This record gives sequence, structure tokens and C-alpha cells, in this order.
Amino acid sequence: MALTDAEILHIEDKAEKIRETIIEMLVAAGSGHTAGPLGTADIFAALYFHVLKHDPQNPEWEERDRLILSNGHIVPVRYAAMAHAGYFPIEECLTLRKFGSRLQGHPERPRLPGLETTSGPLGQGLSQGNGLAYSLLMDAQRPQSGAGIRTPAPVSRRVYVAMGDGEQNEGNVWEAVMWAGKNKLHNLTAIIDRNNIQIDGMTEDIMPLDSLRAKYEAFNWHVLEVDGHNVRAFIDAVDEARAIYEKPTVIIAHTIPGKGVPEIEFDYHWHGKPPTAEEGKQFLKDIRTLKGKLPHEYA
Amino acid sequence: MLNPHAKLVQNIFDAKLEQKPTRDGFGTGTIEAGKSNENVLVLCADLAESTRAEWFQKEFPERFIEMGIAEQNMAATAAGFALAGKVPFMASYAAFSPGRNYEQIRTTIALNNLHVVVCGMHAGVSVGPDGATHQMLEDIGLMRMLPGMTVIAPSDAEEARKAVVAASKMSTPVYIRFGRSPVPSYTTPETPFEIGKALVLWDSELAEGVEGIQIPQKAKVAIMTTGSMSHQALVAARALAAEGIGTIVLSVPTIKPLDTEAVVSVARRTSHVVTIEEHTVMGGFGSAVAECLSEQYPVKIVRLGTQDVFGQSGTPDELMQHYGLSAVHIGEAVREILNHTQHKKN
Repeated sequence: MALTDAEILHIEDKAEKIRETIIEMLVAAGSGHTAGPLGTADIFAALYFHVLKHDPQNPEWEERDRLILSNGHIVPVRYAAMAHAGYFPIEECLTLRKFGSRLQGHPERPRLPGLETTSGPLGQGLSQGNGLAYSLLMDAQRPQSGAGIRTPAPVSRRVYVAMGDGEQNEGNVWEAVMWAGKNKLHNLTAIIDRNNIQIDGMTEDIMPLDSLRAKYEAFNWHVLEVDGHNVRAFIDAVDEARAIYEKPTVIIAHTIPGKGVPEIEFDYHWHGKPPTAEEGKQFLKDIRTLKGKLPHEYA
Repeated sequence: MLNPHAKLVQNIFDAKLEQKPTRDGFGTGTIEAGKSNENVLVLCADLAESTRAEWFQKEFPERFIEMGIAEQNMAATAAGFALAGKVPFMASYAAFSPGRNYEQIRTTIALNNLHVVVCGMHAGVSVGPDGATHQMLEDIGLMRMLPGMTVIAPSDAEEARKAVVAASKMSTPVYIRFGRSPVPSYTTPETPFEIGKALVLWDSELAEGVEGIQIPQKAKVAIMTTGSMSHQALVAARALAAEGIGTIVLSVPTIKPLDTEAVVSVARRTSHVVTIEEHTVMGGFGSAVAECLSEQYPVKIVRLGTQDVFGQSGTPDELMQHYGLSAVHIGEAVREILNHTQHKKN
């Protein structure tokens, strides 16, 4: 059933809160990545406040959907979304990257319940999502004999894998893309943050990726492309993926790196650095006033 | 001299002693583990026949996972299976796994602390004609450096079977090393095996004799061995006994965690140690023993293994001889270490 405008607004409001928290935690940490987390705040708000079947009070709930974050460097967006969803106190976000914190610079599963896995070294998340998705399909169709899993199969738990576009450079990604296509893992949805930047520059200069759509289709995937800042469009794509029983789905979400802060939008230099305290104040003002469109008393 | 508690085969020095590759123990062990635990899976990277993954595949086709020639994907996918509560054994040649996929093993298996059993086949120079590219001599070192990783190198097919079954019952990451060429089947189902425990195979101070050898003899040198070299160590011990040189042979299938208690207690009795492994002497089993003894009970140590070189093509026997991996070489090392000490005293 389509979401009401009020429901969409609620998710958009969470995305803004997540962006604010990202700026605050990066300023406090003094290191970390800014562009990717800001660019994916709408997607993570949609995931944690609508899409995922999960329970912040019981992160190990057996019936939960699994969200694997493959490009671990954008984890501030996940930490912020988890905190706002109630997994842990929002204040804990300010411990990001500090000694003794559960919020490691790159996510470590054994340290914080709800992370699902450890990531940072790129290109490995989809493989893990594949193993999970295959397991869930196996469990859904026991007892069974003969080779492999039968698809399509009714399965209640889904696996989401969030990837960056830069990490599509990794060979391991394509090994995993091939394997998911072979096994028709229809309970798996990959989401690519197509923001066109990576550390050294624009993706198409460093290592051209287009056409990502044609590449995934060639590996027997269902491909959807959306505006990654349009919450309704993203949720519609997720719903469509649920209805595809023949193959895995990838949602190529076109996003603006640094979204919400005009000074840094589209600028790849902000891939891997945090704002200073002074910049942080300005960035928060930008986010809270919708880039100055709202009166400053909102800042 | 043979430790009766080790319950080894009767005809242990018979030239016609049955020989099997340790990889056979992977085949039988995974079937046994699969029968008692329906979560056990075997993942394989297009090497089902030679890794013996095929044996499991025939028994449990629905739990055999074909990964194609993609070892990096195999490691991270195994992690995903483990995240879902499965018990994946992942098999390929050690040169590729952990050789190629070390970082996937490090991040997704070891740092995640997941119960994945990495099975490195065709380890060592005894792979034979395939040559250096396929003769993995660095895997023990690579894997034992990973925090939380258990590392096992079984010495015959029966011990390999036991290691596989025991690994299936753990809850943390494990690496098991297997070989391609047949080695003497010298242990029995009754031979004790426990992960983390070493076993004395031969002790020249024990009363029970071996034909033609005077007993007991003072044990002067400990021969510590892992994996494919254990039977050769016994052959060397018997030859040395005939010359009147008493030894203790300590088999150490689990390299990590090392049974430091057994290593120290044997070194304490002999004051001389020779280690042998079908692996480079850098970072492997001999290094583990040297690290332990240098801190806890410093004694003279000679480490046999490959000496900072790659392998090459040849028959397994030619290669084992060329790289100094035989009973004869162990005997020479034992005599040498004793002479060296003798010279120093003079």
C-alpha cells in the first residue's frame, strides 16, 4: 500500500536528523568520511524507518531482515540511523572512532549488536549477503533433497546489501554478482550508492562503470534506477524488488555526495575528510534551514 | 619406545603400511560431521574431485555449494553462511585459499569471529609436478598470525578425519591443512586427538621396546613434528635408537593454540629440539615452537622445512629429498645438534 504524504514526510524528517547527527559525530571524531554518509541519509532513513523488518530492542531477532553495509567507510550514516531508531542512545554517536567506543571507524560486528557484519575493505559485502540469502532460502524450504535451492521460493526474511559505486572496481564484487545471478537469489536486494565519486576523483575518470545497468543485467539481475533522495521512489523500488521472484534485484540509487550541504555537494575532496568545528556549524545551519530556504531561527 | 597410549597401528615400520592422502580425511570427516549436524555445508571452488569435496556432495547434494573458480567470493560467502548459523567448510588449494583470499578471510571470517573452517588442500612441495605456483609453503604462517584462528595440520587421513569432525564442533574460525600425496596411515581410530593437544608418539625412555633396539635410552633430542612429517619422524627415531641415540617424538597437529605445556615439558627433558614441517621455516610450526621455548625454556633448536625458497616440479619423493624433508634429514639434524653441543663443551 502506498505511503501517505505524512508518512513520507516523517521519513524525510528522520533523514534530516540523521544528517545532523552525521555532522556532529564527524566533528567530534576529527576524522572520517562526510560525502557518502550525507548522500545516503535518505536511503538509510527509508530502510530503518520503513523498509526493514527489525527490532532495535532485540537486534538478534531471528525473523529480522538483514542489512549488510559493504562500503564500511560510510558507517556514520548507519550508526546515526540506528541511534535514531533506538538501538543505542544518540549521544553515543559522539564516541565515533574514539578509543574504547563500540562505534569503530569501520563497523565491527562483534562490538555492536545490529551491525550484521564487519566491513571496510571493499567488495566483500555482496558475497556475505549472498551467503545469508542462500541460507534463508535453504531454511525456508526444508526438508529438501537434490542439488541447490529451488527458486522461486516463499521466504519471509530478506537481505539488503548497501554498496558504493567506487567499490564496483573490486573483482570480488563481480564474482558475487555472478554467483547471485546463477542462484537466482530473489530475496536479495543490492543498493548501489551511485554518487559518481571515489577518493581520487570522479568514478568515470578513475575506472569507468557505465553502464552499470547493462553490466548487472548481463549477469541476470533485475535492475532499477531511482533518485536516491526521493524517499517514495526508493521505497517503490524496494517493493518492486520484493515482487521479482526470478532473480536478484539491484537498485542503482543516484545520489548527490554531500547532499544537504551546498558547499560540499558533488565535491570528491569531501569523500574522506570530516568538517572542522567551524565548518560543522555552517553545515548544520545549511541542513536545518534547507540551504537557507527556511528562516535562520530554525538553525 | 612407541608410546602405547598413542595406540598407533601395529605394523608401523612395515614398508607395506597403508598410505592415504590427508585430503581423504576431509572427505570422510565432512560426511561424518554432516550426518550429525544438518547445518554443515561444503563450499568448493571448482575442485570437488581433487579436494574430496565430491564425497560430501554425493552424500548431501543439497548442502554442497559450488562457488566456481572464485576463492575471494568463496571466503566472504562462507562468512555469510556462518552469519546465518550454518557451519561452512570451504575447500580449495592452499595456494589460492588462503593464498589468494587472505584479506577476505581476515576481515569477514577472523575479525567477525565466525565459525568457518578454511580447508587448504595440496599444501607443501609434495603436490609434485604442478610446481611452485601450486606448492603452498606459507599458509601456516599466514593463518596463525590471525587473531582467534585455530590452525591444524593433520599427519594422516585418520587424524584429518578427527580434525574435521572436531572443527565442526567449534564456534570460532579454523584453518586445516591437507596434502595431496599419500602418507602412511599410522594412527588408529583409538589414537587420542584433541584440538590444542600434542601427542608423544615415541619416547626412548619408555620400557616397551621395538624389535632389535635396546631399551631404555636416555632421551637427548626432541623431534617435534606436524602434518605430513610425523611418520618420517618416527622412522628417524627408530634409526637413531639403533645407533644408541634416544629421542622423543612429539606430534603437534594443532599449531595454534600451541600445546606449550607439552612442548616445554619435552624440551625440559631433552634440552635439544629439532622441528620439522613441510612449510617454510619462517613463521610456521618451527617458529611457533621457537617462540614458545625462547621465552619459557631456551634450548638449542634446529628447524627443518623449506629454507626461504619456493618449490619446483618433480615427483613428491624427489622434492621431499631435495628440500630436506625426510627421515634421513631428521637423523642428520639430530646428530648435528648433539655434535654441536659436544663441541661447545670441549
